Amino acid sequence: MGKLTFSMGGVHPNDSKYARECAIEELPLPQTVYVSMAQHLGAPAKPLVAPGDKVLVGQVIAEPGGFISAFVHSPVSGTVKAVAPRKDLAGNPVMHVEIAVEGDEWDPAIDRSKELVTAIPDDKAAILDKIKACGVVGLGGATFPTHVKLSPPPGKVAECLILNGTECEPYLTSDHRIMIERPKEIVIGAAIMQKVLGCPCVIGIEENKPEAIASMRAAVAELGYPNMEVKVLKKRYPQGGEKQLIDAVMHRQVKSGGLPIDVGAVVQNVATSLAVYEAVQKNKPLITNVLTVTGNKIPGNLQHNYLFRIGVPLSFVVEQAGGVPDTAAKLISGGPMMGKAISNLDATTVKGSSSVLYLSDEDTRRKPETNCIRCGKCADACPMGLEPFLLNRLYKAGDLDALEANAAQDCIECGCCLYSCPACIPLLDHIRQAKGQVMGVIRARAAAAKAAAEAAKAAAEAKK
Amino acid sequence: MTQTIIWTVAILSVLGLLLALILFWVARKFKVEEDPRIDEVEKVMPGANCGGCGFAGCRAFADAAVKAPNLDNQYCPVGGDEVMQKVAAILGFTVAAKAPQVAVVRCNGSCEARPRTNEYDGAQSCRVKAALYSGDTGCAFGCLGCGDCVAACQFGALSMDPATGLPVVDEDKCTACGACAKACPKHIIELRLKGPRGMREFVSCVNKDKGPVAKKACANACIGCGLCAKTCTHEAITVTDNIAYIDFTKCKLCRECEAVCPTGAIHGVNFPKELDKEAVKKRIADRKAKAAEAAKAAAPVIPAAEAETNKKEDANG
Repeated sequence: MGKLTFSMGGVHPNDSKYARECAIEELPLPQTVYVSMAQHLGAPAKPLVAPGDKVLVGQVIAEPGGFISAFVHSPVSGTVKAVAPRKDLAGNPVMHVEIAVEGDEWDPAIDRSKELVTAIPDDKAAILDKIKACGVVGLGGATFPTHVKLSPPPGKVAECLILNGTECEPYLTSDHRIMIERPKEIVIGAAIMQKVLGCPCVIGIEENKPEAIASMRAAVAELGYPNMEVKVLKKRYPQGGEKQLIDAVMHRQVKSGGLPIDVGAVVQNVATSLAVYEAVQKNKPLITNVLTVTGNKIPGNLQHNYLFRIGVPLSFVVEQAGGVPDTAAKLISGGPMMGKAISNLDATTVKGSSSVLYLSDEDTRRKPETNCIRCGKCADACPMGLEPFLLNRLYKAGDLDALEANAAQDCIECGCCLYSCPACIPLLDHIRQAKGQVMGVIRARAAAAKAAAEAAKAAAEAKK
Repeated sequence: MTQTIIWTVAILSVLGLLLALILFWVARKFKVEEDPRIDEVEKVMPGANCGGCGFAGCRAFADAAVKAPNLDNQYCPVGGDEVMQKVAAILGFTVAAKAPQVAVVRCNGSCEARPRTNEYDGAQSCRVKAALYSGDTGCAFGCLGCGDCVAACQFGALSMDPATGLPVVDEDKCTACGACAKACPKHIIELRLKGPRGMREFVSCVNKDKGPVAKKACANACIGCGLCAKTCTHEAITVTDNIAYIDFTKCKLCRECEAVCPTGAIHGVNFPKELDKEAVKKRIADRKAKAAEAAKAAAPVIPAAEAETNKKEDANG
């Protein structure tokens, strides 16, 4: 049997992991940090501090704004300067808490020692509470609150916890570095989540990271938690997509509109596992993360992996890393496939920040769009089994019913179609719009059905 | 040979006749009874099927008009009052005349006023661009310039001005169907009253940023200073979220707001004369001086009157 991988679609971009040898450095503290209130999927957090308040490192500064939301903690000690809207990296105003840094005083409840805590607490509810209180969210990209993901709805049972160490996006090396430098913490974090879910755990790592595979295998063997193994996956994008990883590891496919838990899977990123370890064993909230500064055709001294405090402005990161190289035409936060272009360098880092990429003009400039030649490459590349050329056409025609029938809502926005299109048609841009419109229709329908059911119920009760 | 031709023609003719008879019979038998007035109404409609009235097309509008108890909730923006009078005549209703409206682009962030801070080379669609980020200038609210509104207009009333990078409305062609307003992801285009002889006054900016931020992003931005609202004697101007808005139902077209606006964000169009800002400013200053004098003159009286009412209130209380 060959190496594991998902069954359909995918592309093979050059992995360009130039920063793989760069050890994680700690980023110094800037004078001011800006902590965003929308760092996670779901409702923005509600600020609990006011200008003039003194805060310590790790102190709660915002509470969840809804069920799917998360706590936000201060990454620095100092004085709150302002609670005001500020532009995020796309230029849209988002509520931020501005803190002027004064010294580095930590909340005394946080255990800052390097000592490994291997004993796993017994109380599942206490573990979940700690994860929630420490504001842990999925660090694989979607920043979905972890405590919600670790609490399967009634009737659903987790059969396998998959730890995502694939890091299939080119250039990024932050997960690679933590798997090499902090494998034991990751394994303990996985064991904690295993305890909550009560299921075996598979750590999936792509074959292009042999050092990480060896380091994680050694850590698993040394710590000896039961039912945990490292599986090597073939290098292929988008292997780190939740549904693709489940397919690769468990050979199960999540049906359209379904959730991973429907097939008994829970997927967590290795960085999330590290955050879970720090939250549960060390009481340390999610205030730091690792970010890669890299790019193509740039000198080695500009490549870094940084342990940064969440809320440090991107401009400060870039400055510390040696400035923007002349060859860079485009800056991207996240991977080159799914990351977002940075239009505003004054924007701040958030929990999910994984990189600052410098890409050259020739590699990023879009080529002029030409006509579809019906080659079908996009359909071959789509890991969700969709037909991007068809969805593009239906979007242009505005046919929402047909878009829904052809499952535009299942698009995971991985960009494989756009990557493979020889006619350079902006397939993903259009399908993303179509997905939004179809999701709107589906949500409106669900809301209408709910309202109708409630009205019928009320009418039935009135009859009684 | 001739025989074959004759036979062919004969057979086809008979076949045609037979099928025609069947069709005739079917049409009779399964005829859908429809109000004949729907056809009549549809005939007087403009036939653009633009959807500006809120219905799927002109026939859907006609169908709804025939079934409705009155025409209060229906209006064809393309045909305007003329068509509505005709529709009312057919159906025996009366309709009140409605003032004509026109699409107004509320952004004047031209290329030189609003410097580009980055470059966009993605799909040329405002909707796509808006989903990706706030735009290629410092203003997160202004026109994105990809022309979704132009594509949405069925009447050819919109075009992009290459000099400013902003859409321009051709008032003669605009029917106020509202398709452009719906297509704009930034909600810049608004339907406003066309005004007497096309004269109207509007704030050509939707930037909700605070003054300095807005000004930095665009020289022509409304900075929410509120001078216009303070000057307006008709209570037509409100400032919310750092942006002024002129209520076109209250505006009397005095152009005082336009004269006092420090950034030139307030635009007046189709006025016969150029605005003499200094003269208008002088007029405002004179009026204010007079009001101050009047207040001064009235000042001693007011406390006495107030004291009296207070006394009365006390007695009542």
